[in-house]
This record gives sequence, C-alpha cells and structure tokens, in this order.
Amino acid sequence: MRVAILRYPGTWSERDFAHAFSVLGVEHEIVWHEDADLRRFDAAVVPGGFTYGDYLRAGAIAKLSPATAELRRAADEGMPILASCNGFQIVCEAGLLPGALVRNTGLEFRCDWVTMRVESDATPFTAGALGELLRMPIAHGEGCWVADPRTLARVEDEGLVALRYVDARGSATPEGNPNGSLGNIAGVRNPQGNVVGLMPHPERCVEPLLGGSDGIRMLGWLAASARPALSTIS
Amino acid sequence: MNFTATIHVRPKDEVRDPQGEAVAGALRSLGLDIADVRTGKEIVVRFSAVDRASAAREAERMGDQLLANPVIEDFSVELG
Repeated sequence: MRVAILRYPGTWSERDFAHAFSVLGVEHEIVWHEDADLRRFDAAVVPGGFTYGDYLRAGAIAKLSPATAELRRAADEGMPILASCNGFQIVCEAGLLPGALVRNTGLEFRCDWVTMRVESDATPFTAGALGELLRMPIAHGEGCWVADPRTLARVEDEGLVALRYVDARGSATPEGNPNGSLGNIAGVRNPQGNVVGLMPHPERCVEPLLGGSDGIRMLGWLAASARPALSTIS
Repeated sequence: MNFTATIHVRPKDEVRDPQGEAVAGALRSLGLDIADVRTGKEIVVRFSAVDRASAAREAERMGDQLLANPVIEDFSVELG
C-alpha cells in the first residue's frame, strides 16, 4: 500500500499527513500537483491548506490543476481517495463529491475539536465504524456544506452522508454543528464509496500527544491492507 | 477583436449569504431601514475573440467553468 499525498501551491497539511502515515507505518510520498501520476499509488489524500490563496473560491483554481484531472481518472477507476478540509473543497469544486463549502454561518474561522458520527460505512475510510463517534480537530473559515434541495435529498436518500457533526450526547443538534452545514453534514462520499471528503483533520489526531487518536480509525486500515505480494501472482 | 467581459457572480437565492447578513446588520447600525443584502463579486476580463458572438460564448464559458460555482452561485455577463 503506497499513498500519494497531493501538494498544490498553498497546501499546508501534507506534512501532517506524512507524519500521520509515518506513525501508522504506511508507505507514502508527497506529490507535487504538476507531476501527479497516481498510477504508481494505491490510494491518495488531498490535504488541507489554502490552495492558490483561496482566490475566487476555496478550491476553485486547484480544480483546474493537472493533479485534479488525475484525481478524477483515479476516482473513476475506484482508487480510495480521502480529501480533508481544503482538499474537500477542491474535490467538491471538481465535481467528485456533491455540494459545495461556503463561509461558516457564524463568519468565524473555527479552530476547535468536533465530534462526528459515522453515517456510512460503505467507504474504505469508515468501514466497520457505522455509528461510531469520532473526535477530530477542525480549522476552517469556509466549511459550511451546502447543496440545492434536490442534491441534499439525493445525498441523504442514497446514504452519501459519511459523517455528521454531533454534540457531546451524540445528537445532530445545532450545538454540535461548528459551521452551519446543512443537515450537520461533516463529510460526504461518492456513490461508489471510494471518494470521501470531510472538513475535519484526521491526520492531526493519530497519537495521544496531539490530543486524540481517532484519526487512526480513518487512516489505520491503509497500514493493514498491503499491496498483494508479487509471489502470489502465478 | 478585443473585448471586455464583466462577470457578476452572486450566491443563488436559496443559498444563505452570511456575509450579506453581516453587512445588512452593519448598514442597519447606520440607522438605515435595510431589508436584505446579498453580496457577490465582479470580475472584469479583457480578452480577444474572433467576433462578438464567440466572445459572448467564451465569457459564458468563463463563468460556467471557473468564475462561478453552479452549485451555489449564479452569474451574468456584460460584454463591452
């Protein structure tokens, strides 16, 4: 298992992902967006940051990068892709996931810890975790997930909500919602389940020293699922 | 031929505009009777195209493929 960590101009969480994968023992490589060839990899992450300074809209300019075209190809072929924070904004802009991320309703940049409930385990990043509560840090000003009513209904009906913000008691209340996202939606998946995006940062909580280790729940499987050994191919 | 396209981008009516709400509150603090504020942006592009019809098509494409996100925004084009 070898994971590509994409770096666009202005990405800032790629080294946090690299550190997380080092902690978890997952082979990884930071890949510059202009050189992205994901055929050498088994999975990809799109980290957070402020690509292209968030000019125009968060993720808008990055969607035209060669790396995003490559992501689209890899997503179509079923590669597991995790997009966090600005990465989530990029893949939504690129149309790989439904909806869009807009300014937090409170207009504040929120740097805090949130609790999410796993709403779909039909993705490699949440497999076997249905209903579990995960505590992860957030750091964003434009994390309010929105969609038109028809898209929202489709996302809910087809079970594309991967994660929902909840309060301390595990209920999806306004108190548990840090940014005003519709339906308390913290993360969504594509219909195939191989692409997952979320605003929180799993890479920043993989060891107790960082205040929590629930990120392992999302990233740890990468360490377990090794690439098939050549010797098994006859 | 050279053209100037002014592209106006606004959040769709059904999308909440917290920036507009904050501006509305600030305008009310000036003692004005404000009903509602919607914020957006204006992008001015100078470019070349073979004729006016192509220029109009290209400006639409700018709005459609980059300058506005159709999920949350509407845009209109003025071609000069």
